[in-house]
Amino acid sequence: MTMKTKVLSIKGLYKSYGRLAAVDGVSFDVAGNEIVGLLGPNGAGKTTIINMVLGVLEPDRGTILIEGTDIQKNRSEALQPVNFAAVYTPLPGNLTVFQNLRIFGLLYGVAGLTDRINELLTLFDLNKYRDLKCGVLSSGEQTRVGLAKALLNSPRLLLLDEPTASLDPSTARDIRTKIREFVSQGTSGVLWTSHNMYEVEEVCDRVLFLSRGRILLEGDPRVLPGEHGKQSLEELFISVAREGLEAA
Amino acid sequence: MGLKLRPNRIAAIMLRHYYLIRGSFSRFFPLFSWAAIDIVLWGFITRYLNSVSSSGLNFVPVLLGAVLLWDFFTRIMHGVTTAFFEDVWARNFLNIFATPLSIWEYLSGLVLSSMATSIIGIIVMVFLATVAYGLSFAAYGVMLTPFLLVLFMSGIALGIFACGVVLRLGPASEWFIWPIPAFISPFVGVFYPVSTLPLWMQYVARFLPPTYVFESMRAVIAGAEVSAGELLQALFLAALYILLACRFFARIYRHAVRTGLIARYSAENLS
Repeated sequence: MTMKTKVLSIKGLYKSYGRLAAVDGVSFDVAGNEIVGLLGPNGAGKTTIINMVLGVLEPDRGTILIEGTDIQKNRSEALQPVNFAAVYTPLPGNLTVFQNLRIFGLLYGVAGLTDRINELLTLFDLNKYRDLKCGVLSSGEQTRVGLAKALLNSPRLLLLDEPTASLDPSTARDIRTKIREFVSQGTSGVLWTSHNMYEVEEVCDRVLFLSRGRILLEGDPRVLPGEHGKQSLEELFISVAREGLEAA
Repeated sequence: MGLKLRPNRIAAIMLRHYYLIRGSFSRFFPLFSWAAIDIVLWGFITRYLNSVSSSGLNFVPVLLGAVLLWDFFTRIMHGVTTAFFEDVWARNFLNIFATPLSIWEYLSGLVLSSMATSIIGIIVMVFLATVAYGLSFAAYGVMLTPFLLVLFMSGIALGIFACGVVLRLGPASEWFIWPIPAFISPFVGVFYPVSTLPLWMQYVARFLPPTYVFESMRAVIAGAEVSAGELLQALFLAALYILLACRFFARIYRHAVRTGLIARYSAENLS
């Protein structure tokens, strides 16, 4: 077995809001060429972890290393090889698709920016919307624009928070294929949150079950249900979410 | 957080503002319309005062010049805050602060965007004041440079401070920000000598750099000597306020990162 490079290394991550521990001593790694699914019920701490990795939320304790760079000590350098797409953060609706991609391309210092934008517009079938304001696009189209933004800098670490939540099944499958291709062609790692267990089984190499800010289970999504006497990942998810690890 | 500034990231913030103005008449029109209205209104008032006054004092450089300089200050301040508000209105904080952009690059982008948009208003004002009402900047001589510099720096400081306030208190607090220049103007003596004010207001005025500009402007028009020391003091104060405003914004930003405010900024109840 070859040793994969870690693109993300999280150790002892803790974040509380008042007396509520939103993330409670979480540690895990994401390697290059790996898609890790972060699963859990609403309020489990998935988005809190993603926000901390993105540097927009400070942990109370713990370290986050992105390709070996500590985000708390050197935020700009650490975030250079990172990008993200989340269903709850559409790009500004008052700018066109091209304008948004150009601005974010400049923020990430993407070389050959216009060519890269054109490449992504083609990849996500967005050429016809190039000069339309993002605000007039459907939610599915906006999601595709967000994904194009997320791949602008060919990130070594890609964070996807429910990236296919607003897409129809056909487009969602298409997007999953594209992300899979992106990962297999390079050395990037992906941290992917989703509530769609079929999607998780299809794309993720490994999953982490999160509940009340803690990782309860970790493993191969295709093997894990059987190991815990469940028929499917969805059944395992429901069981863990409702009753905790004992029931699983 | 280092102070190494990357030009491409600053350019991104400016380009965003340029795209917004270029694509929106409702953003482009106010850049010069209010300034033009101010000049027209005060232009006629000064003409009227010149015609009824027997003092022989020319009100054009005193009042119209003061309006122009005050508008310059206001425009710089609002330029910074408006560029910031665009991110508030578009709920763009999470997108923008999850990039390698540092807050110093962000603030630099806001300041340069403000300079670019303010220039448009100033050109229109200067053109109208000169052509329609005969305002001559020769009346201020070389002192115009330090006047503009002090007002520019003061506008930047106040603009950055205002951005910090809105970041801390939430989107609705922008309504605290728009009237700030109107609140300050009585203290700095835009239209009258500071000696006109009650003593407590004079004390406050001493800590406001624009005060020295308007006092000096009146001195220049009256042919009196301008105190270089006072203008230097104004420059020092303005520079100090920029540093304090940046520190204030940085503290608010750190608080926002610690509490998760950046990620959930659109929630009004965070204020």
